[in-house]
Amino acid sequence: MNFYGIRAIYHFEMARTFRTLAESIAAPVLTTSLYFIVFGRAIGSRMGEIDNVGYGAFIIPGLVMLNLLNESISNASFGIYMPKWSGTIYELLSAPVSWIEVLLGYVGAATTKSVMLGLLILGTARVFVPYQIAHPGWMVAFLLLTAVSFSLFGFIIGLWADSFQKLQVVPMLVVTPLTFLGGAFYSINMLPPLWQKVTLFNPVVYLISGFRWSFYGIADVDVAMSLGMTFGFLVACLAFVWWAFRTGYKIRN
Amino acid sequence: MTIRPTSAHTTTELSAPIISVRGVHKTYAGGFQALRNIDLEIRRGEIFALLGPNGAGKTTLIGIICGIVNPSSGTVVAAGHDIRKDYRAARAAIGLVPQELHTDAFESVWATVRFSRGLFGKAPNPDYLERILRALSLWDKRDAKIMSLSGGMKRRLLIAKALSHEPEILFLDEPSAGVDVELRHDMWRLVRELREQGTTIILTTHYIEEAEDMADRIGVINKGELVVVEDKTALMRKLGKKELALTLRQPLTALPAELNAWPLNLSADGQTLVYTFDSQTEETGIAELLRALNQHGIDFKDLRSSESSLEDIFVSLVQQAKGVKP
Repeated sequence: MNFYGIRAIYHFEMARTFRTLAESIAAPVLTTSLYFIVFGRAIGSRMGEIDNVGYGAFIIPGLVMLNLLNESISNASFGIYMPKWSGTIYELLSAPVSWIEVLLGYVGAATTKSVMLGLLILGTARVFVPYQIAHPGWMVAFLLLTAVSFSLFGFIIGLWADSFQKLQVVPMLVVTPLTFLGGAFYSINMLPPLWQKVTLFNPVVYLISGFRWSFYGIADVDVAMSLGMTFGFLVACLAFVWWAFRTGYKIRN
Repeated sequence: MTIRPTSAHTTTELSAPIISVRGVHKTYAGGFQALRNIDLEIRRGEIFALLGPNGAGKTTLIGIICGIVNPSSGTVVAAGHDIRKDYRAARAAIGLVPQELHTDAFESVWATVRFSRGLFGKAPNPDYLERILRALSLWDKRDAKIMSLSGGMKRRLLIAKALSHEPEILFLDEPSAGVDVELRHDMWRLVRELREQGTTIILTTHYIEEAEDMADRIGVINKGELVVVEDKTALMRKLGKKELALTLRQPLTALPAELNAWPLNLSADGQTLVYTFDSQTEETGIAELLRALNQHGIDFKDLRSSESSLEDIFVSLVQQAKGVKP
């Protein structure tokens, strides 16, 4: 194992994060605050409770997930896309590092950043709405698992993208809609019966449901199912990255 | 100046080639055949120059040895390790300075060389990195962002990054592109010093004088094939032609028919007659030629003889190869 190599990549990525710390933190914290003001206070005050949880508190896990997914994907995809774009990837390709070590560095750093951000949003939420966390251990587990899985997914997008536009396409056109439709702002039980079935094909439903369960003990789908789906996604991403490095996919001619 | 510790080079016995390329082919996904059946051995401690026109396959060959490009077939052993089966050990022994100035614009000089050393699996060694940066006149710029550096500084920074993990083998792909004359001399001095300290150096260059000046051996690659690999001096001796240029007193419109048997070339203005001969033969034919010219009343006011440069040899090799393969 090339520990110095992993550390070098991790440090490099974290340094990039801290260089742009203000932007990295300000934007998500601001948008989250806006969500709480608009949905939590203005609209939420006219909404009834969902499963005995006030609407303001109900949307917290969904909002954290929304940010976690976006941040994980954008951090990890940008991290590996940049050297591809600037050409500095030559050094990574010529270095004595395995794909596991490359992942530990890039995905590790992206995960660290998005978990930090997730916790920051939880802190921000506290300013607006009181809430409890019923299962703190599971909360952290879901947070970590989701951050790792979607950082991996972001890494794959970074490998795949050959333009900045493509880098944006998946988060904008796929992940954001899936998150909004995945029950970030509502319980899927509020949907008509047909859409309740359709929505089960949306993987984000499982993430948000499981995460919300760790807060309030309420869930749209079975918790074990949530955990299983997240793990499944993680394994699928790992398998793809393993294949990508083995075949040289878009990185090594 | 010593920019690397003396305890390096212990991996293989001294006589074995440090790099051995066997039967390497490379066909890119688009069908372009970049390399055909390359066999090449690089000797430990030498400076090897790889020459060839643009698109000949130099960068592809370097890319394969360094692990950036996968060969379609063939094997490469570097510092005693197969570059695919034992890629860690092989790559750890190699430093690469790429042709393009690929850098992380927002990083500082110091952060980027530290990154390179770590990436190649070496424990931090600030003293060593300081020595490298000083040797490359970058120490004063250590805290500067890379984007604020000039082209020449970026080139030296890439060299510093390549040397940061104390490689036994250093690849320099077109190192003097875009570097001014003074800097180029500094760089070549550094290359010589590295060689004296035992580093094997493989370089590609467009400046043939540089190869002539620096290299121990030369390989010429054209259209993906190694046309020749020779000791520089042997190559120049073997393929070296001498020329005798005669400046005529009276311009000629054409050569007398009797002189057609001689390998003579009349310049367009009829002022200069150039005689090409093999410098290796006993009989150069100069005396006979001068007598023959005298008989035909061709008088000259000046004469000058010159040896063909590596550039001439290179051009003739490439042209030969072009003639053989359409």
